[in-house]
Amino acid sequence: MSLWDFFLNSRAEVLGLTVEHLILVGLSTGIAVLIGVPLGIMLTRWPALSKPVLGFANIMQTVPSLALFGFLIPLNIYLFHVRILGGIGARTAVVALVLYALLPIIRNTFTGINGVDPAIREAGRGMGMTNRQLLFQVEIPLSLGVIIAGVRVATVISVGTATIAAAIDAGGLGRYIFRGLRMNDNTLILAGAVPAALMALAADLGLGWVEKIFKTGVGGWFKNPKAAWASLLAALGLIVWVSVALYPAKMDRRIAVGSKDFTEQIILGEIVAQVIESKTGARVDRRFDLGGNLAHEALVAGEIDAYVEYTGTALTAILKRPPVSDPGEVYRRVKEEYGSKFAIEWTEPLGFNNTFAILVRGEDARRLKLKTISDAASYAANWRAGFGQDFMSRPDGYAGFVRAYGLKFTELREMDLSLTYRALVERQVDLIAGNSTDGLIARHDLVQLADDRHYFPPYDAVPIVRRATLTRSPEIRIALKSLGGLISVAEMRQLNYQVDGEHRVVKDLAREFLRKKGLKNGE
Amino acid sequence: MILNWLCMSRDSRRAIEFRNVSFRLVNEKTLLSGLNIEIFQGETLILLGRSGCGKTTTLKLINRLLDPTDGEVVVEGTATTQWDPIRLRRRIGYVIQEIGLFPHWTVEENVAVVPRLEGWGAEKTKARARELLEMVGLEPARFASRYPRELSGGQRQRVGVARALAADPPIILLDEPFGALDPITRREIQQEFRSLQERLGKTMVFVTHDVREAFLLASRIALLKDGKMILAGQPAELLKSADPDAKAFADCLHDPEPAEGRS
Repeated sequence: MSLWDFFLNSRAEVLGLTVEHLILVGLSTGIAVLIGVPLGIMLTRWPALSKPVLGFANIMQTVPSLALFGFLIPLNIYLFHVRILGGIGARTAVVALVLYALLPIIRNTFTGINGVDPAIREAGRGMGMTNRQLLFQVEIPLSLGVIIAGVRVATVISVGTATIAAAIDAGGLGRYIFRGLRMNDNTLILAGAVPAALMALAADLGLGWVEKIFKTGVGGWFKNPKAAWASLLAALGLIVWVSVALYPAKMDRRIAVGSKDFTEQIILGEIVAQVIESKTGARVDRRFDLGGNLAHEALVAGEIDAYVEYTGTALTAILKRPPVSDPGEVYRRVKEEYGSKFAIEWTEPLGFNNTFAILVRGEDARRLKLKTISDAASYAANWRAGFGQDFMSRPDGYAGFVRAYGLKFTELREMDLSLTYRALVERQVDLIAGNSTDGLIARHDLVQLADDRHYFPPYDAVPIVRRATLTRSPEIRIALKSLGGLISVAEMRQLNYQVDGEHRVVKDLAREFLRKKGLKNGE
Repeated sequence: MILNWLCMSRDSRRAIEFRNVSFRLVNEKTLLSGLNIEIFQGETLILLGRSGCGKTTTLKLINRLLDPTDGEVVVEGTATTQWDPIRLRRRIGYVIQEIGLFPHWTVEENVAVVPRLEGWGAEKTKARARELLEMVGLEPARFASRYPRELSGGQRQRVGVARALAADPPIILLDEPFGALDPITRREIQQEFRSLQERLGKTMVFVTHDVREAFLLASRIALLKDGKMILAGQPAELLKSADPDAKAFADCLHDPEPAEGRS
């Protein structure tokens, strides 16, 4: 499907995501201006502060966005009963974007005001201007061009950074980019990247034009202090209004189901959500696409009520225990520890094990007659391997894997999981670690090598729920029990393929699946 | 008796008085020491001296851009440190060396700064700005809505003077106002300024290092050197003085440049 067709077919969604993106950028840049400009002005009054403040803003810009999200989500800070920090969703994304946008704004305000001709400043003081009059009538108007140049840089940065916000369910065009990466779908990636690029370009040109106007000096507006204050208040009011609109007070407490950021998780999240909806009648918020460990953190923080976790992941990555190979033992241990440590309950396993799948190209497997990982060990010395960041860092991942099989590769590439498939297909690498339920395995003629030394622990998929939620709505337990043992590996792989390969809509697919299993009445 | 009466009347006519004023920077560098001088209402006192002798410092002590380290500067009977600096500065017109027009405002808006700050009505402010532009020889219809960058150096300086006069302050400070102009424009504007001076009868303190300008405009001249006042008196007294610096300045008057002015 061409990009143009895609835009035509889903123009409502594209428009919606673009608007979300615009709101993220506009709101965060607006708040950054309201903080950054006064802060920059303050620094010109107390120059001793400029080093630490600019240093801090500088450091904020170098913190990777996912790390920043991970730090912000557990925070729980209220101002007049409105949560201003923490959690998943737009709030945290906006806070992170504000932190990124601050540096250029503070720096340009500071240098702009310091750059005002001292003779002009002295003339103003000599005429008997108060400090405030000097600031609002002389210094700000004369440095406005420079300040707007800073806002322009901040805006363009924000448009780019806001794509990351999709990792914490904040929406925006990043959704397409993440989805496209996951499905190995260039059209989708472009569907997110092209509008974002156009938006950045438009912001750059538009603000460049405004900057030019102000550089030549438009003073009239500022001489009327009432007009200046009115505009400032109007801008402030607009931002507050949008903020309030973005964060409605949670009067009716709904159920929120989360998911990690890959296709299977989104399908499972949707299945769990629909089962809860149809069995309990509750309204369910979907907070899908949470990157890294954010789903776990969101569950512990009470941002979401449930998501589907894998036993092996919980044991090794979350509880930091050594890998165990007996599935029953693993389930028992995570159930116990989650209960006592996080007050989170493990419900019935869904029925399939999504373990790491060591994958090679089908033609290589046939040519070299590879069936197991041990078979491949002798060739590995001439192979390049590509692994996701997750596999590289987890205790049941790379380090133990190469030790268990005595592997050594010529080259090791660490990249995003979704990119490893592409790299394998395009012969950039020769072996990757995917997931056993991945729909792409069949689509790209890849072969999974058997884990003959039983290195990988079991990863049984299980919906997990906050105990507090179960106490409040016990019918959720019954709803989730009906999912027990419902999905086989083959079925999961098939579901994944229908989304990744055939671009089926997840909502429809989940409804169809549940109906087939007799868990949902026809509508 | 008569002497007493004279003193009293002089007292009442005193606009500015420096009482043993010194000014040192934080790094202890002394810019001005032990300055004593009285400046009377309606006179034009020229502060004459070479670059860096403390002339500009003396000026800034009057409108409280600086506070004296020792002694006190008394303006209209009150020490500057007792004045609210904003109120004080709005009673004192100020023309600075680099002119310092506000580049984002039109000529008219520049002239009207102090009336606007003082909250005059729009009509009154506008009328006053136009009146002043006429007074300094800039036709309002042509110049009022121009920006400073669209003016020549001489025109800018006229705007600077008009701005200082705007709120009709009793005292005007001028810091080498005509220094950057070409000689012909400078002469022209000096002549105009002199007639303006006679018409307005303001107290003026005028800093210059140009001895011809000093003789042209001065009621009295105060000669400064290295932060100290060497002499103060009528221009004729400077000519008669035996002081080597006074002599050096007086000699400049006889340079073979075109003669001018008052002598």
